[in-house]
Amino acid sequence: MNWEVVIGLEIHTQLSTKSKLFSGAAVGFGAEPNTQTTLVDLGMPGALPVFNKEALRMAVMFGHAINAEIGMTSVFARKNYFYPDLPKGYQTSQMDHPIVGKGYLDVTLDDGTTSRVGITRAHLEEDAGKSLHEDFHGMTGIDLNRSSTPLLEIVSEPDIRSAKEAVAYVKMIHSIVTYLGICDGNMAEGSMRCDINLSLRPKGQKEYGTRTEIKNVNSFRFIEKAIYTEIERQSDILEDGGKIVQETRLYDPEKNETRSMRSKEDANDYRYFPCPDLLPIELTEAYVEEIRQTLPELPSQKAARFQSEYKLSEYDAHVLSSSRAMADYFETANKQVKDAKLTANWVMGELSKTLNQEQLEIAQSTVSAEAFGELLIRIKDNTINGKTAKDVFQAMWLGEGSADQIIDAKGLKQVTDTGAIESMIQTILDANQAQVEQYRAADEDKQKKMIGFFVGQVMKASQGKANPGIVNPILAKMLKG
Amino acid sequence: MSIDKQDVQKIAHLARLALTEADAEQYQQSLSSVLSLVEQMQSVNTDGIEPLSNPLEMTQRLRDDVVTEDNRRDDFLVNAPQTEAGLFLVPKVID
Repeated sequence: MNWEVVIGLEIHTQLSTKSKLFSGAAVGFGAEPNTQTTLVDLGMPGALPVFNKEALRMAVMFGHAINAEIGMTSVFARKNYFYPDLPKGYQTSQMDHPIVGKGYLDVTLDDGTTSRVGITRAHLEEDAGKSLHEDFHGMTGIDLNRSSTPLLEIVSEPDIRSAKEAVAYVKMIHSIVTYLGICDGNMAEGSMRCDINLSLRPKGQKEYGTRTEIKNVNSFRFIEKAIYTEIERQSDILEDGGKIVQETRLYDPEKNETRSMRSKEDANDYRYFPCPDLLPIELTEAYVEEIRQTLPELPSQKAARFQSEYKLSEYDAHVLSSSRAMADYFETANKQVKDAKLTANWVMGELSKTLNQEQLEIAQSTVSAEAFGELLIRIKDNTINGKTAKDVFQAMWLGEGSADQIIDAKGLKQVTDTGAIESMIQTILDANQAQVEQYRAADEDKQKKMIGFFVGQVMKASQGKANPGIVNPILAKMLKG
Repeated sequence: MSIDKQDVQKIAHLARLALTEADAEQYQQSLSSVLSLVEQMQSVNTDGIEPLSNPLEMTQRLRDDVVTEDNRRDDFLVNAPQTEAGLFLVPKVID
């Protein structure tokens, strides 16, 4: 049967505040266990939460970025469940009155198509602590540093229809929250985690099928793979006439499979009620508007500007604007180069390739945008050709100096003196008489293929320093005889 | 409106309370009478009235985003029955 996939995503983004959502303890990854906790985070009797102003600002900012209604009155609620890393016995979250209401995002896929994904809501909540199941004499260790870390949970409508669309949506959320500076976007450290709700239905059917929820997937690649494996699992069951059990599943990247998490039937009976320790949050129109004024240029706006201002293709503009750091790098470098296409190609090409190889983010590049621009200027003014520039870039990457220093030190300056090139070509033609005869006897189409041999010889003789733009016409003329 | 003993046991389980049969019976009666009162209140017309989330007619005070608390791990761990490597130890739990 032809199945249609229906996906809705819940994305937990950790807000990059200095202190916790409800206490003055520090927030940070990798601190010694239990050194960033207070009586509030430990759920001690009588300890009262006080709400962090900055978390509120960040949530409202996100609301603006997804064109959402802002909850002018929002209320914290208690979500009750027992687990050792949740000492209070409830998670302070939001239920009926979230801070961010209905919004949407227009998601652009790699093939250039755009689809609108509705966002149901985004609410503020606190994170729980961490359970360490390594063996402590058969006991579990509890670290409460993460307890009360502010999260913004972004809930999408079940509008997503493929793994690719899901990944494009998550990438877009990632790029928005990092543009806004409200989340560091570090998925490996858990700053962004995704729950995937997925069901299948026969194409054309209106009702949704039974869904499963895959919890806590923490990379773009795993999101895509988890969706593919879950689609396969569900369609196998349905094709065999079976029924999907509504349950929570876990994605195991090592085995590339999803597994049922053993959870009790009543695990989802959270008995939400308004938190009596926290009063409703009332916003004023002036406050909401003031935050709107501070919104930076967003990825989609930047992409549009890159197309109109720099005449870049839609694809190039989309890739370069996907991260604020990359967009800034491109613009800084291009300020000197003043050749957007050249700069774009090199940022997306050699630079990105090297960063990927080294598994680094653009902010960690050992070559600054300014230094990168100086290198590209030397391509533009024909001091070096593109091939040599790659070698210079690698030397710069290893800290051997600026582009000009390396070009001088290694004598890489391109030969543009036509006299020198002519005599070099003559030597090569003399040494390869037979090939010259063959060339002259061949028809035009064949000649086009055969000329590559001579270009190669010239490049070899000049150690790659001959300017191809100058070599090619001279060579063609001299071969004619 | 009334609830049965099974409901009582379920609520007790969710709250991690152990109830004897006699307890359950007593709670069944008292909780049912609370629900009867609620039922009576439901006859009041509440059209157009927002649910009350807090009886205090005040709004939440906000805190500046500043770290004000130091590391007091040693003080906190002292209260726990068992600790190791800076962690609270609890009976083994598996997801």
